[in-house]
Amino acid sequence: MKEIKAKDVTSTVARLCTEANFFLGDDVLAALRKAREEEESPVARQILDQILENSTIAAKDEMPLCQDCGLAIVFIELGQEVHISGGDLYQAVDEGVRQGYAEGYLRKSAVRQPFSARVNTKDNTPAIIHTEVVPGDQLKITVAPKGGGSENMSRFTVLKPAQGRQGVVDFVVSAVEEAGSNPCPPTIVGVGIGGSAEKAMILAKKALLRTVGEPSPDPEVAELEKELLQRINATGVGAGGVGGRITSLAVHVETFPAHIASLPVAVNLQCHSARHKEAVL
Amino acid sequence: MQKIISPISDDVIENLRAGDQVLISGVIYVGRDSAHKRLIETLDRGGELPFDIRGQTIYYMGPSPTKPGHVIGSAGPTTSGRMDAYTPRLLSIGLKAMIGKGLRSDAVKEAIKEYKAVYFAAVGGAAALIAKSITKSDIVAYEELGPEAILRLEVKDFPAVVINDMHGGDLYQEGKAKYKIQPGAAS
Ligand code: SF4
Repeated sequence: MKEIKAKDVTSTVARLCTEANFFLGDDVLAALRKAREEEESPVARQILDQILENSTIAAKDEMPLCQDCGLAIVFIELGQEVHISGGDLYQAVDEGVRQGYAEGYLRKSAVRQPFSARVNTKDNTPAIIHTEVVPGDQLKITVAPKGGGSENMSRFTVLKPAQGRQGVVDFVVSAVEEAGSNPCPPTIVGVGIGGSAEKAMILAKKALLRTVGEPSPDPEVAELEKELLQRINATGVGAGGVGGRITSLAVHVETFPAHIASLPVAVNLQCHSARHKEAVL
Repeated sequence: MQKIISPISDDVIENLRAGDQVLISGVIYVGRDSAHKRLIETLDRGGELPFDIRGQTIYYMGPSPTKPGHVIGSAGPTTSGRMDAYTPRLLSIGLKAMIGKGLRSDAVKEAIKEYKAVYFAAVGGAAALIAKSITKSDIVAYEELGPEAILRLEVKDFPAVVINDMHGGDLYQEGKAKYKIQPGAAS
């Protein structure tokens, strides 16, 4: 049994909130630079230049990459031999979000009673927490701030099993094409296939945490990712939606067994401001 | 890159074409969802707007909090489509230019032609870069709305691209069509 103090969870989450909002991952930067090299449209190239320059300024001045600092999506992998002491784990996470968003001068974008009053909670809590219990004695925390522009373009459907692979391809490509400029392309496309409705969407979201462009270990899924990326980049949407060769930097597909009667497909789009930071306690 | 001054004169607007890249200097106003709602409610009541909108440029944006020693926080565009319901009315009383990101409705595109206006996009997510072009920021109205208050900004070389011009040009459509590869076509 390993003991981890709730207050260490809080300080870690606070740090991850600011780091995620100031510093883009090296994998995202490399993918953006490659897109800049390959892009033929002069306007789209100019947009990619601005995106890259923005990341330099944000890191140097410790300014948020985007004014939409997102809802705080927090993934927790809790080793089953860990004991959290000195407080409630979820409260500790929320306190970390509260501190991180205040200290980092990050925008607070959470509103309560979303269908009516929509009153800002003023500290960007509650965090959206997904917990998995895993073997071992470590606690892994991932903070992935997610903006509204790209999240609003999420899509979910349940296809007929007979629609199969082609049905999946058509659905995912049209989701990205119809989203156009709204999710701030170049995007990373998270796709969840299988499970139940909520499982498919979680798979799609988790797919966004994978190192950008790293193919699925399953060769058949990797092949699907490749075709999806090709088809998406053939839509011509381009960076900023102004027309161009690179609409998405990568497509990541995660799968799970499904019911004999269903083929659920979820699409979760990630804008180029692909922010997530991890820590292990 | 063409340098233009805001408020933007009618001659300049007449010459702008979808796809033109510009650097905007001068004065622009900031307003997003709740501010738009209030402006329209004020007009419905027959009241006076908190600033003279005629000839002006509006930027759809809600900044992150300002760090000490800075003019403004990160300040990139928000999705314009949410303002579509209010936009034709504002264009009809003299608003001339809008800066945001994302697709506009057909009604807005028609109003842009009818009232000889222009819609620019700034790069969504280039918020720290854009903040560098903002030299002054003052609250004009609705301070209680926090990041949704109406601001008056002074900007220098604010980067934007023309999406919808007054002649019906539409970069989102034209640009996409230009780079679309038809399924089955050799590439
Ligand atoms: S979609 Fe992403 S980059 Fe675009 S405004 Fe939202 S958070 Fe920022």
